[in-house]
Amino acid sequence: MGGARFYEPAAMSEPLFTPAEQKRFDDGIAQLLSHYPNDRKSAAMLPALRLLQSLKTWCPPEGMKLVAERLETTVAHCYEVATFYVMFHTEKPGKYVIDVCTNLSCALRGAEGMLKYLEQKLNTHAGTNGEKVFLRETECLASCGTAPCMQINEDHHENLTKEKVDRLLEKLT
Amino acid sequence: MSVLTEKVMTRDWGKPGQNTLKGYKERGGYQQLKRVLDSMQPAQITDEVKKSNLRGRGGAGFPTGLKWSFVPSLEKNTKPRYLAINADESEPGTAKDRFILENDPHMLLEGIGIACYALGAHSCYIYARGEFKYPSSVLDAAIAEAYADGIFGKKLMGKDFELNVVQVRGAGAYICGEETALLESLEGKKGWPRLKPPFPAVVGLFGCPTVVNNVETIAALPRIFEKGADWFSKLGAAKSGGTRLVTLSGSVLRPGTYEVSMDTSMRELIYDKEYGQGLPEGRNIKAVIPGGSSAPVLTPDELDVKLEFDAFKPLNSMAGSGGVIVIDDATCAVRSIWRVARFYAEESCGQCTPCREGQPWMARIIRKIEEGRGELSDLDTLMNVAQAIAPWPPIGLGNTICALGDAGALPVQSFVQKFRKEFEEHITRKGCPYGDKPWGAYGEFQ
Repeated sequence: MGGARFYEPAAMSEPLFTPAEQKRFDDGIAQLLSHYPNDRKSAAMLPALRLLQSLKTWCPPEGMKLVAERLETTVAHCYEVATFYVMFHTEKPGKYVIDVCTNLSCALRGAEGMLKYLEQKLNTHAGTNGEKVFLRETECLASCGTAPCMQINEDHHENLTKEKVDRLLEKLT
Repeated sequence: MSVLTEKVMTRDWGKPGQNTLKGYKERGGYQQLKRVLDSMQPAQITDEVKKSNLRGRGGAGFPTGLKWSFVPSLEKNTKPRYLAINADESEPGTAKDRFILENDPHMLLEGIGIACYALGAHSCYIYARGEFKYPSSVLDAAIAEAYADGIFGKKLMGKDFELNVVQVRGAGAYICGEETALLESLEGKKGWPRLKPPFPAVVGLFGCPTVVNNVETIAALPRIFEKGADWFSKLGAAKSGGTRLVTLSGSVLRPGTYEVSMDTSMRELIYDKEYGQGLPEGRNIKAVIPGGSSAPVLTPDELDVKLEFDAFKPLNSMAGSGGVIVIDDATCAVRSIWRVARFYAEESCGQCTPCREGQPWMARIIRKIEEGRGELSDLDTLMNVAQAIAPWPPIGLGNTICALGDAGALPVQSFVQKFRKEFEEHITRKGCPYGDKPWGAYGEFQ
């Protein structure tokens, strides 16, 4: 993690949210907080970070500062949570995040070969964040009886073959 | 062959509109919740659940009614009570809760109504794993339908009992399936398991009495009250009531998620025409992981074990979450356990030293052996590291706060014990005997 970002974010040249995004954020936070006891606002951390990420595709420092304010907690708490869970991005990810399960059940159905196939087709290496694609190896996605599988921006695809993968990749523009 | 006489979980899956309120009600949905609210006292409900021999389907197989009875009475403890549903299905080899959410979400919601009334809980949080975009969307729609229909809210189906149900999504952490880590996560923190005691039934979510149950466990409740606790108990085997959802994966002709009788044997599950249909021609079984990747491995001579919860103890393994992974004889055992060890190394939360340091250490040693750089003394080191996390044979309690330590260390020890020759062959040949094709009959990506 870049040390400087952990503290005060640099002044931004433009606001974090457009007015429409700001409204969705405000409404969303209000709704989330209604699910928890009044003295437990920080319990909404995971859904709040998810909301932030749904608006910005990642959790930028200014956004985390805002979440900390609304949840009446510290920015450090936001970072602690955002860096613990793999689905939160503390660096801006490529346009398409592709998660490939290579755990045992999938490996027994060709997942390692599928990962290599994707690396070739996308001209990247698993674990490398690129502008268009962030291809990652991931852990079990509960598709063991329908392996191999992958998720593209959280959309789940299973029983994959070369043909199916080709068709999915064609849609990535 | 034990035949599944009646389906409990999957009876209505795939029927028109079953994942909507209308379809669910057409087949008798929410009638059991209504009847329970009208005619039973909370204590009677818990007694029925105890009688049914319903046991936790998340992996531990703990008797559900007994778990509920650990919640202190309102006289002793006046704090609010919570029900938390564990839908953080992430045990490698397991894909069942996901299909309940996708196919029959109201079955879970009706079960939640029954359980919350029994427990005196006015809030229920369903913690679903973050990767479940589609299953979570089906569940959210079902929850909204239930509120709109007056099932949940200020009055539970018209009864003077408020019940609010909300789904919270995780964000990718296996550890959050551990019940106290799940509670930490629900409280908005990183998923670090808590020391027990106190158990969640006494000090759980927000410091209040909390019951954490798996999706499949709670989804069984409507059927238990429809057909009776005795029926459910008899449907099972020994002290395990009901049926089981098992996920069959790996080297079988017909992988998938099946509802089976507890009386079914592992061999039947793998070979029967209703289920796995055996292995591809010319291939035999090398090993079977019986209950998710945390369960110590079985060899081909151990497959007559029944799928009920207690049957696996003599084999030093467990029925776990019902994730059965079949490994054929063209697959490298070392490579297989290396992948499993990598998983636990990645998912260790970092709280306890034996697990945080030990899991990656084990993965490194196994990798070294698989890549032909191993020495015979590495096997002793490997066993020593594993022993330091959780002793073998398993005694049910390792040296870490939660069971993730055991979950990583026990399978490694079982593989080294049962496939020692193969480990040694890697070391003496200075490489993997399977070369660049370690993944068996279906290992090639087609």
